[in-house]
Amino acid sequence: MTATTSAPVTTPAAASLPRSRAQRSSRRGVAGQVTLYVLLAVLALVYIYPFLVQVATSFKSEQEAAADPISLIPQTLTVAAYERLFLHSDFPLWFANSAIVTVCVTLGRVFFVSLAGYALARLRFRGRAVVFALVVAVMAVPAVVLLIPKFLVLKQIGIYDSYAGMILPLLVDAAGVFIMKNFFESIPTSVEEQARIDGAGTFRVFWSIVLPMARPALVTIVILSFQGSWNELSHFIVATQSPGLTTLTKGVASLATGQLSQGTQYPLKLAAAAIMTIPVAVLFFIFQKRIMNTSEGAVKG
Amino acid sequence: MTTTVAPAPPRGRSRTGSIHRGEGTAGWLFVLPIVVILGIFLFIPVLMALWVSFSDWTGRGSPLAGNVRFVGLDNYAKITTAGGLQTRDFGIALRNNAWYVVLVVPLQTALSLLLAVLVSRRMLRARGFFRTAFYFPSVTSSVAITVLWMFLFSFAGPVNQLLSWVGLHGPNWFQDPRGILNLALGGGSGPAWLADGQFLGVSWWDWLAGPSIAMFALILMAVFTTSGTFMLLFIAALQNVGYELTEAGMMDGASGWQRFWRITLPQLRPTLFTVITLGLIGCWQVFDQIYTGTQGGPGKTTVTPAYLSYTAAFTQQEWGQGAAIAFILFLIIIVFTIFQRWVLRERTVSRRRMRAYLPRTTPKKGRP
Repeated sequence: MTATTSAPVTTPAAASLPRSRAQRSSRRGVAGQVTLYVLLAVLALVYIYPFLVQVATSFKSEQEAAADPISLIPQTLTVAAYERLFLHSDFPLWFANSAIVTVCVTLGRVFFVSLAGYALARLRFRGRAVVFALVVAVMAVPAVVLLIPKFLVLKQIGIYDSYAGMILPLLVDAAGVFIMKNFFESIPTSVEEQARIDGAGTFRVFWSIVLPMARPALVTIVILSFQGSWNELSHFIVATQSPGLTTLTKGVASLATGQLSQGTQYPLKLAAAAIMTIPVAVLFFIFQKRIMNTSEGAVKG
Repeated sequence: MTTTVAPAPPRGRSRTGSIHRGEGTAGWLFVLPIVVILGIFLFIPVLMALWVSFSDWTGRGSPLAGNVRFVGLDNYAKITTAGGLQTRDFGIALRNNAWYVVLVVPLQTALSLLLAVLVSRRMLRARGFFRTAFYFPSVTSSVAITVLWMFLFSFAGPVNQLLSWVGLHGPNWFQDPRGILNLALGGGSGPAWLADGQFLGVSWWDWLAGPSIAMFALILMAVFTTSGTFMLLFIAALQNVGYELTEAGMMDGASGWQRFWRITLPQLRPTLFTVITLGLIGCWQVFDQIYTGTQGGPGKTTVTPAYLSYTAAFTQQEWGQGAAIAFILFLIIIVFTIFQRWVLRERTVSRRRMRAYLPRTTPKKGRP
């Protein structure tokens, strides 16, 4: 625990600075700080306010939502929207389906993506360049281009309209492989090499040494995969048709296009949208602190 | 080609051999899962769809069945050169998406970099709060955010109410098909030389009209939702930027602006590349928002190639055309990606300059 704060450097040149100039620069510093905080506060308001309005509106009556859309406090608090969602619609089923798919996909992705990223960054094997080129190529293949192809292959191999068809194609994320590879390349090899010299096997080195060091990148992957699969819509549109396999995204999209309701129904729609945001929001708040951790200090000297 | 190539450091076979033993097998085992899944759910399907785009398959039975005929480039011709309704729809979709890209990519890159730099300041209170606030829209699903956006930008919604406070009459955002550039220039139908000429069934005037007001609302939404994700990437990169260099810059009297442009930004180059590329790729894939929100309206001004491909295949059962649109879209994205990589390529250092950086004596790493 050595002190890392840099001591004020007093070079002869700095000491002989005219006083007025130092004062001016400090005044400029204060002004800069104020500008910075005002800018940040305005930006934060722009980013947060829509969600506050969303929650507020979900507790308003339909008339009030139309008459006074911008206020954050409902005149008459009502939970009618939530009651309807949970008691008189398939919303709970949609939620369960989304949960199942998301958990499976996230676990699978974190494991497969970091394995592949590590192999591409560190291990020397014949065909590595080809596999990497493949991953880069896949990154360029847009998901929406795959809508028709995925539907065709799911039909062909007989897993259309099943959980397998919903989960398996989502298990690989080329961008994730890319992120992990870049990360592994950015950390020093010395620790692993030491372990290797000590006789640890490749998987052992990966599992107990490299992976713990890769925590910041893994957190990114977890966030991206959870978010990605919870929020996935297009894949489920082409992979399923039965109402029993409808996910939240597909269900709420059908709400939004008004297939289940008449009128604007903003409280109902916004309530559904708010609830589907909660799981990813919770996950994000849990991992928020971990994002700040870095791998600094793993290798000394 | 005059100088000889600097000899690569000879590999100490005994050393690397012992450290890297068994890596070949392990390497393949490690990448096997992704290779298998990519093969089954990506390569095979893409090949199947490629076949469909050259066939007259109508969606009944398997596209690989014997009664499906090869029709050559017919499907591609219908959407590009035939000049009918399909061509016009495709032209409109391309136009809509091109404007979307032109506005979203620079805005989201600049905004996310700005946010990252702001929240990465060394002496910042409430850093966690600001990061959370900016990242939050990124965690919400495009479906949820579209539902919210439809409400925010509805005619009697919060945005228009806000505008009315400063004396502006907001448009009926998601019902307004007028192009914003066209409006800014006073509307009208334009000079004849622009209104008469056309490309893909869409007049030059319409190409230049800009995104419709409805599309503009979606553009704002894209910037709002993606800036947080990219901010995270920039923050991670900023953490790896050595503070020593910045400090050295300070000692040399560089201003904050100079330090950012000359010291920080060059080190962020790989991340900048990633952000712009991901942005470009993402922007050509607008689908969820259209499916959930506007469904292509008003006046087809929010139809994107991705959405058009979907409706052509799944709604109109024109599978060949749907697949053809998807492949053209694919091509567009590839072109942009290659261009991107070329622009941001590492400039090669000339041999002579390279030699100046190379150490004269043999490296300290002693070889046994």
